[in-house]
Amino acid sequence: MGRPVAIIGSAQTNHGKRFDVTYPELVKEAVDAVFEKTGISPDDIEGVVSGTMPSMMEGVALTHFYFAEVLRSVGKPILKTETCGSTGISLAFTGYYWVASGMADLILVVGSEKMNEGDSQATMTTVLEPFYQRSFIAGAPGVFSMQSQEWSVKFGIPEEKVRAAATRLSVDHHNDAFDNPHAHIKKRLTEEEVNTARIITYPVRLWDVCPNSDGACAMIFASEAMAKKLGLKAAWVKGIGYSGEEYWFGDSEKAIWQCAIDASRQAYDMAGIKNPRKELDVAEVYNPFTFQELLYYECFGFCDFGEACDLTLKGTFSREGELPCDPSGGTLCSNPIGATGLNRAAEAALQVTGQAGDHQIPGAKLSLAHAMGGVDQFNGVMILGSEK
Amino acid sequence: MKKDYNTMENVIRLPHKYAAGQTFARFYNGLKESKIYGTSCPACDKVFVPARSFCPSCLTNLSDWVEVSQEGEVVSWTYSNKEFFGMPGKPPVVIALIRLDGTDCDFLHLIGGINKDDPDTVKSSIKKGTRVRAAWNDDKIGHMLDIKCFEPVS
Repeated sequence: MGRPVAIIGSAQTNHGKRFDVTYPELVKEAVDAVFEKTGISPDDIEGVVSGTMPSMMEGVALTHFYFAEVLRSVGKPILKTETCGSTGISLAFTGYYWVASGMADLILVVGSEKMNEGDSQATMTTVLEPFYQRSFIAGAPGVFSMQSQEWSVKFGIPEEKVRAAATRLSVDHHNDAFDNPHAHIKKRLTEEEVNTARIITYPVRLWDVCPNSDGACAMIFASEAMAKKLGLKAAWVKGIGYSGEEYWFGDSEKAIWQCAIDASRQAYDMAGIKNPRKELDVAEVYNPFTFQELLYYECFGFCDFGEACDLTLKGTFSREGELPCDPSGGTLCSNPIGATGLNRAAEAALQVTGQAGDHQIPGAKLSLAHAMGGVDQFNGVMILGSEK
Repeated sequence: MKKDYNTMENVIRLPHKYAAGQTFARFYNGLKESKIYGTSCPACDKVFVPARSFCPSCLTNLSDWVEVSQEGEVVSWTYSNKEFFGMPGKPPVVIALIRLDGTDCDFLHLIGGINKDDPDTVKSSIKKGTRVRAAWNDDKIGHMLDIKCFEPVS
């Protein structure tokens, strides 16, 4: 266990199709904004962490070199962290480790992506080895559609009920996104529109899937002494958990998703959480697919296996519910992948410091941020609190 | 009003020659003869397919070869009617996890021999537990797609 660490500021760009700026200009937007919001001088930053999707997505290898000036990293130590979809939460972990270790007091962490410039689905295929899996898993939707089917059959959840719960999440989150100034897709949807949208990979339909977004997020991690000295609102890192699985898709069960379960339990143990649904005030669950969000509720112990659909339909996880999930609209409405997990941490930090604006959950004191990556191997969970 | 901004197109093409290693080479040679080979781990008492050079659980180097069954059960599946980069064949496609008889992991492949007009039709032909069998291409090149697909056993 290292020293206490706080997130003392974050800034997100507006996410969307950002052909108005080059990639370094997009990163500059987020970095400049976090310095402006916090009043911290870039000169006081001791080290920088940068992360994106794999280089095939970026079109430029070694993006942290490409971004050297805008990251204000010239003359400073810089680390790159890259774990595909979970990059953003891995970035937050890297910043946390750096400060918790006692090696630095003030670290800048930046995640970014320009998905509209490349081909995200083709990029995903390059995450797979060429001998076997690449022929069959062309992109993320197929993987998670098979996972969803495995889950619903295993727990005997009727297909209509899964569809209804997924539709509820889609309608709610696309609505929630109107209250998030940075969200990409904001749309008033009817259940009918969601249920009859075109199929991407069955059972996933268009409004069950996240968009391709461009965007960046910058965040500052500080030691306790530095946080006190700067006097900024602090979201304290109460717990972290990260777990991975076998490389080959067919080697492990995905309905009871062990790495998601283990990551959450590691984080809960460190934070002293026994009953997450009761103790957490808000969760930013990584939800690139509606169906997957349901599965996460169960893996994270928000409810028992097989219960997520019923509780979702009862409103347990909606904005007014017992444990609001993704009041920002989540990944479903904005997915600049390299930034997405860091956006989850930024949103969770805004919530416990009372700075989430129109999507603030009143009185939130304990929050969860999460992201998933690899093909489906990695899950990372961070717990943030308003008190150390 | 929406503005149009300039973009510049650039295609990066990087050819690779991936070494298959002895284990994959032998597996692919088996496909040329319409055989599916796995390797078994004596320590874990598990059979893996495609053949692995080491056990993913205990990391023991594997040298016990077994010809595995060409029949098994569907574990999960998905359907797409839209063409995407790297798709095996033309849409519509059904991709499935299949547990071949006597093996201890799921084998990814295509489902064929069924009407794939829409997901409801597919659902009437396959579900978890449906028995399927490998169907082979006449011309084999030592590739996963030498197996054309897996078809329901009537």
